[in-house]
Amino acid sequence: MIPEIGHFALVLVLALSALGFFGVFQFSQKYGLHELVAPSVVGQFVFAAIAFVCLVSSFLADDFSVEYVASHSNTLLPWYYKISAAWGGHEGSFLLWILIMTGWMTAVLAFSKDLPTAFQVSALGILCAINLGFVLFSLLTSNPFERLIPFTPNEGVDLNPLLQDFGLIVHPPMLYLGYVGLVVPFSFALAALITGEQDLRWSSWTKPWANVSWAFLTLGIALGSWWAYYELGWGGWWFWDPVENASFMPWLAATALLHSLSVTNQRGIFKNWSLLLAITAFSLSLLGAFIVRSGVLTSVHSFAVDPERGAFILAFLGLVVGGALATFAVRTRVDEFSVSYSILSKESFLLLNNGFWIFGLLIVLWGTLSPLAYEAVTGAKISVGAPFFNAFFVPLGIALLISMSPVSMLSWKRTPRSRVKEAGYLCVTFFPVVLILLLLQVIDSYTAVISLSLGFLVVVTHIYSIVERLRKKQEVTRSFVGMSVAHIGFAVCLIGIGTTSTTSVERDVRMEAQGIADIGPYEVRFLGTKEIEEVNYHATQGVFLISEKSDVFELRAEKRRYKSGGAIMTEAAIKPGLFSDMYISLGDPIDIETGVWAVRLHWKPFVRWIWVGAILMALGGLISVLRLELSRFFFWRARRPNNLKDRSDKTGLLTGS
Amino acid sequence: MNVKRKQRLQVILFSMTALAVALYAIFTAFEQNMNIFYPPHEVKNGLAPVGQNIRVGGMVLDGSVKRAKSDLSVSFILSDLQGNDVAVSYSGILPDLFREGQGIVAEGVLGSDGAFVANTVLAKHDENYMPPELSDLAIAADQKAVGTSLVDKSLSPNIFGD
Repeated sequence: MIPEIGHFALVLVLALSALGFFGVFQFSQKYGLHELVAPSVVGQFVFAAIAFVCLVSSFLADDFSVEYVASHSNTLLPWYYKISAAWGGHEGSFLLWILIMTGWMTAVLAFSKDLPTAFQVSALGILCAINLGFVLFSLLTSNPFERLIPFTPNEGVDLNPLLQDFGLIVHPPMLYLGYVGLVVPFSFALAALITGEQDLRWSSWTKPWANVSWAFLTLGIALGSWWAYYELGWGGWWFWDPVENASFMPWLAATALLHSLSVTNQRGIFKNWSLLLAITAFSLSLLGAFIVRSGVLTSVHSFAVDPERGAFILAFLGLVVGGALATFAVRTRVDEFSVSYSILSKESFLLLNNGFWIFGLLIVLWGTLSPLAYEAVTGAKISVGAPFFNAFFVPLGIALLISMSPVSMLSWKRTPRSRVKEAGYLCVTFFPVVLILLLLQVIDSYTAVISLSLGFLVVVTHIYSIVERLRKKQEVTRSFVGMSVAHIGFAVCLIGIGTTSTTSVERDVRMEAQGIADIGPYEVRFLGTKEIEEVNYHATQGVFLISEKSDVFELRAEKRRYKSGGAIMTEAAIKPGLFSDMYISLGDPIDIETGVWAVRLHWKPFVRWIWVGAILMALGGLISVLRLELSRFFFWRARRPNNLKDRSDKTGLLTGS
Repeated sequence: MNVKRKQRLQVILFSMTALAVALYAIFTAFEQNMNIFYPPHEVKNGLAPVGQNIRVGGMVLDGSVKRAKSDLSVSFILSDLQGNDVAVSYSGILPDLFREGQGIVAEGVLGSDGAFVANTVLAKHDENYMPPELSDLAIAADQKAVGTSLVDKSLSPNIFGD
């Protein structure tokens, strides 16, 4: 019964989104149909939530008559993994996607009271249209409520052991919040083009949404990277896997969008460029969905290959992107007035920044899609590995850090000469100091030295600018703090990437009981293995004693065999540290009788900085909008009685001003 | 030509040049870093280049995996189960799902003696998954060896939702 309720709720979401879609058309305004948009948005959210709760309760009730539950759960699974298993496969994760989509739509409704009605109705109508496509996709090709009747299995297949982890609980929801959140700037861009609201106001309305979804996307990607690091047992944190790239591309476009929007917001230029980036960012989200869910590319992430799904998403992608670009081409205006700015101005640096991000985007796009194109044209199968991406992203990272370091000290239009000198002195004095400090330490990697010194330079200039503003009793705006925190986070992240990828020590060794191996500053002694029985798996645990002078600790790495399905999993043992991680995982047993194992030993300096940096970036994105948005929300609540009094405008929720 | 037009022309010229340089760099790096996939029969017939980074995929032949006693080097034979074999040597830790009789993909360099030295070995991600490079091969092998199904289409892989 419960799955049928869920199914029915999903059908209602479909009907309501179709209803809401009418809001975009001119004639609907004439007949007052646009008044239905707001209730339909709320309804879509409510019914999507009901559908989602139905799926989760089917999991909790071990209802294996539902095909999706039967293939993704098991009675032995702990309750929290039963909940997260709801988004552990294609159908359920897409339902989560829809829930998040309707959540964003409701947020737009709640937080955009001040927008002109026409603009708001257009934006919500576009959101409804996109949601219509999503729900249609779910119902037609990937219904999570499909039943297995009358052949109901007694036991489920089990969730992939890789997914029986905290990572599954947090990574997909966070990533989807970002992925799907980019639909808001997209819908605002289209609404601006349709209603002709392409002026400065558009950028100030869009910026908070772009910031927040970018922050979630950043966190989602970082969580995925951290999960891969501790769960896959290879010690890597980024693999240039097509699906990682699928989330990285919208991130690159969204980052460019944030920077372009800040120029549009402050100076009224790059308007069309911002509109185009808003369209691009969400289009890349859809492209990502296509890559992950169509099965055209394979990776750890790919879902079951089903040509029907791929064809649907591709058609939808074509429709949405084609429609958006056509609207852009027809409706965009070229402004005649021009604004001049010198090379040493914020505008120039932000333009340069956008160039870098677009370049990065082109590289990832090419590296991800070219194997497909190559196979289609020549029939040969190729792969593009990490060396291709690294060849570009190492210099790109350095260029970004260099161009970022003076940015907090620049002014709009033209930076005063004295200020340029000041920034110059700061760089010139700070740089050798760091270089000498670093060279005294024994770091034999130039990339590590460069990323450390440039990263710290960015940190120093941004803190210097904030302290200086405080000292001169100038206003330190929220967006300035947000920008500084995000930039510092980026620098911290790049310090982590640059250092860990060039100074890590990685060794695969053959170890027998009581055998000793050296790694980085540590000495590792293999004490032997233990057998462990758990409810849903059997494990062989390797016990290691690690010592560095007086610092002695134990690490236990496991090789697990899951009882249902028999999947084998490597569970790495990690001693995390702010400045370095010690990472051990068991390879395969070379000789079971004598207890000889292949063992993977990693010493990874600064690897935590990657994720700490990402958290700071996300925090920066949120700082600059959070208070603004909350105040707007409370303002709306306080004003509501006023709206109710004014019954001449029956839209109620939609009242613009 | 007025000043505004001149400025616009400069911007367009600059961005076109930048784009051209960027694309040139991308294509050059791409040519140097792409790995072409070869099935065992192409390697055996000398169609795969020697001394270049390539990928070779096939089934690990039963009983062919030999581990060294003193270090982590291992050797095995990749086959399409139709008489075309490639000897592969590798040093390091093999993936969890590496087993005899399973499909894998090895990345590395082919020597002039026809032996393949792998620097990476990729296995299936879970029990039901098959690398697409191998699926054609597997279906062919499947038709030949009835009863040992290599691609089980009745089960959908349970993999993670990004």
